[in-house]
Amino acid sequence: MATEAVVEQGERETYLNAVYGLKSWLLTTDHKRIALLYLISITFFFFIGGFFALLIRLELLTPGGDLVTADTYNKLFTMHGQIMVFFFLIPSIPAVLGNFLIPMMIGAKDLAFPRINLLSWYLYVAAGLLMMYTILAGGVDTGWTFYTPLSTEFLTTNVATSAISIFIAGFSSIFTGLNFIVTIHRMRAPGMTWNRLPLFVWAHYATSLIQILGTPVLAISLTLVALERLLHLGIFNPALGGDPLLFQHLFWFYSHPAVYIMILPGMGVVSEVVCCFSRKRIFGYKAMALALLGIAVVGFLVWAHHMFVAGISLYAALIFSLLSYFVAVPSAIKVFNWTATMYKGSIRYDTPMLYAFGFIGLFTIGGLTGLFLASLGIDVHVTDTYFVVAHFHYIMVGGMVMAYLGGMHFYWPKISGRMYPEAWGKLAALLVFVGFNLTFFPQFILGYMGMPRRYHAYPPEFQILNVLSTAGASILAIGYLLPMVYFLWSMRYGKPAPANPWGAAGLEWQTPSPPPTFNFDEQPVVTWDAYNYDEIPEPEEVPVAH
Amino acid sequence: MFEHVPLWPTAASSISGWVDALYIFLLLVSATMSGLIFTLVTVFAIKYRKRPGRHAEQIEGSTMLELTWSIIPFGVMLVFFVWGALIYFREHTPPQNADEVYTVAKQWMWKFEHKEGQREINELHVPVGRDIKMIMTSQDVIHSFYVPAFRVKQDVLPGRYTTIWFRATKPGTYHLFCAEYCGTQHSGMVGSVVVMEPRDYEAWMSGAGSQPLAVTGQALFSQLGCITCHRSDNTQGRGPTLVGMYGRPVLLEDGRTVVADENYVRESILEPAAKVVKGFSPVMPTFQGQLSDEQLNSLVAYIKQMAQPPSGQPANAKGMATATPQP
Repeated sequence: MATEAVVEQGERETYLNAVYGLKSWLLTTDHKRIALLYLISITFFFFIGGFFALLIRLELLTPGGDLVTADTYNKLFTMHGQIMVFFFLIPSIPAVLGNFLIPMMIGAKDLAFPRINLLSWYLYVAAGLLMMYTILAGGVDTGWTFYTPLSTEFLTTNVATSAISIFIAGFSSIFTGLNFIVTIHRMRAPGMTWNRLPLFVWAHYATSLIQILGTPVLAISLTLVALERLLHLGIFNPALGGDPLLFQHLFWFYSHPAVYIMILPGMGVVSEVVCCFSRKRIFGYKAMALALLGIAVVGFLVWAHHMFVAGISLYAALIFSLLSYFVAVPSAIKVFNWTATMYKGSIRYDTPMLYAFGFIGLFTIGGLTGLFLASLGIDVHVTDTYFVVAHFHYIMVGGMVMAYLGGMHFYWPKISGRMYPEAWGKLAALLVFVGFNLTFFPQFILGYMGMPRRYHAYPPEFQILNVLSTAGASILAIGYLLPMVYFLWSMRYGKPAPANPWGAAGLEWQTPSPPPTFNFDEQPVVTWDAYNYDEIPEPEEVPVAH
Repeated sequence: MFEHVPLWPTAASSISGWVDALYIFLLLVSATMSGLIFTLVTVFAIKYRKRPGRHAEQIEGSTMLELTWSIIPFGVMLVFFVWGALIYFREHTPPQNADEVYTVAKQWMWKFEHKEGQREINELHVPVGRDIKMIMTSQDVIHSFYVPAFRVKQDVLPGRYTTIWFRATKPGTYHLFCAEYCGTQHSGMVGSVVVMEPRDYEAWMSGAGSQPLAVTGQALFSQLGCITCHRSDNTQGRGPTLVGMYGRPVLLEDGRTVVADENYVRESILEPAAKVVKGFSPVMPTFQGQLSDEQLNSLVAYIKQMAQPPSGQPANAKGMATATPQP
């Protein structure tokens, strides 16, 4: 069966070779091609954001502010944050893997609104171009949080263009979420009931809910910032009767749930990978699906935990602290259930599984340190320090980026029709894990020591931990460059991938790699539950390219 | 070796021990939890690795187990919550006799004014063992008053007062950081808190020949003509008397009741029509834009002092606790 697929490779028509030419890509409505357009664009922004991060780490190698000026430094961390959050993390798994896989996972030909899907990408590109203009025109230094009245009254940089850029990117995100929700509701193959959906699909359903309910609030807050700058309306500026805390409430009402946009899809990927490489059904399917929805819903009720020292009332702080612990429960369930899924499995250590191991470890640390921050007495000391920086990087980079890379390796054979070199994949996964921990673990200690975030220069006693962090960042950079190199290499030299190289469950593996334009040659009918690994033969040998 | 690798911040306030104890508890619980997960993942990964002839055993799940590992961690989390909340309430409940330091933050410096009138920039001198209440406002953007050795942090907002208190327990010089990003020189908006033995502090205090903040405020109170309406001689002026007003509930024209705290006094000077005392008409002119934050602070200090008994002693004098008005 596996060899047949390989033999066919030469002549078979796939989504990649069905039509040719730039126009066929730029006007495509094929969800798989749009996913690749996203892949190229978010990779571009990942390296720009990463370049800024590298400059930040180099500046912090020494206590003095000696590499760049204070203004440049402020722009670097602002644009690192804005690009990584809005132009990489939020679209990363949903717009690339979600776009590519959701229709195939549910047995559909495409998303419900293929043209809107393309529009999403064009909005993203328009937003990206405006962000590039913002950078080239001198940058912006509001911090990714745009706190008022600093952003509205005191900065002379390109605040409005970056706000408009993120506003547009938000609509790209809203349209993608809308498309996913309608697709999941309306386009499932016969037999693909809600209880049979892969958790990857559930994760994107939960994510999409946040995208369409939360993102408009971000749009509102950024619009108000832009209007306040231009017209001095007095919404946020106390000198004109406004309230600066109102902005923080509006901003975090979106941006806290946005944190879950930046982790739920990763949880979806990890569920797929852990099951496949343990040859197991997921432990507690219903609890896992409900936990995803639970995180999405409760995630809307915890925003003011970003404001415990901002001057909110004691009782508000009390309630938001308690609610923050509620959101930890479904997260804990997920970690325990992944672990339990491995119990009595038959576990292989291929690259995607290495990333899943990494994800579980780093997400656990990120989640547990979130419990520190939800505790009021601790938060007062560590908020706005490197402890917070370390915490959210453990979730967003240790969690989401690990899951994204794991997912890219897992699905690369499906996407490209080629196997990546497994040995290089393992090496890169190891480098990413070691580099990540070396970069961010010292920052927890720095934070409790009291080093504030967003500091261009710092007291000398913090230097050693910062040197460790910068050393880790350079290892991390190599770990991130490697996959880019060997993925590109494998497109030409990689061994052709069979339809189902991992022996994985799920409809997406029952169609050839790469899939035909309309995904399936005939309408699939589903008669099995997700992760029916007891019914799927294990591949004897995964074809690897060395 | 480890003296060059700082791993733990100095603890120099009455609250630091509390915060550190909770932090250590959290560290222990987290180490246990993550240790458990890491061990299980590692053991499973090795014990159940793919070998010839090995087949996975399918397990659907277990509601009992899932409930167990939801409810027990949640119980532990409630301990984090309650313990953290107790510390937070303590941090936000200043003792009644605390010495007050008025703080004006601006891009990019800290200006402190002691009740006795001493002014400092980017350096704050406090005596060891005394409760210090910071009454803070910002002239421009949001800043944040952060002293890691004390484990206290409070954002400083434009247009209103925020407060935090601490009691230093160890003489020394400690970092003061601005913790809320505030523009170009954010990382330069640093200073130090100098904690002194009471005797050294008294000596430092007496060094400068400044007049108490409330006296400055009193002069301003007359100079601005406040005294013509807000009379302090038991005769009814056009405005309510401010004697004994501070710290008490005030009945407003619209039926609400507010406690006359620093923010109420500040608001009533800048926006007199916002919360008018019952029985008075909103005839007071606004002083918005006419007073610096320092002048406002001195007025607030003076109006607070008017709530004290007529002996006129500063509020921090010993034995004044009983005189604090009860609601």
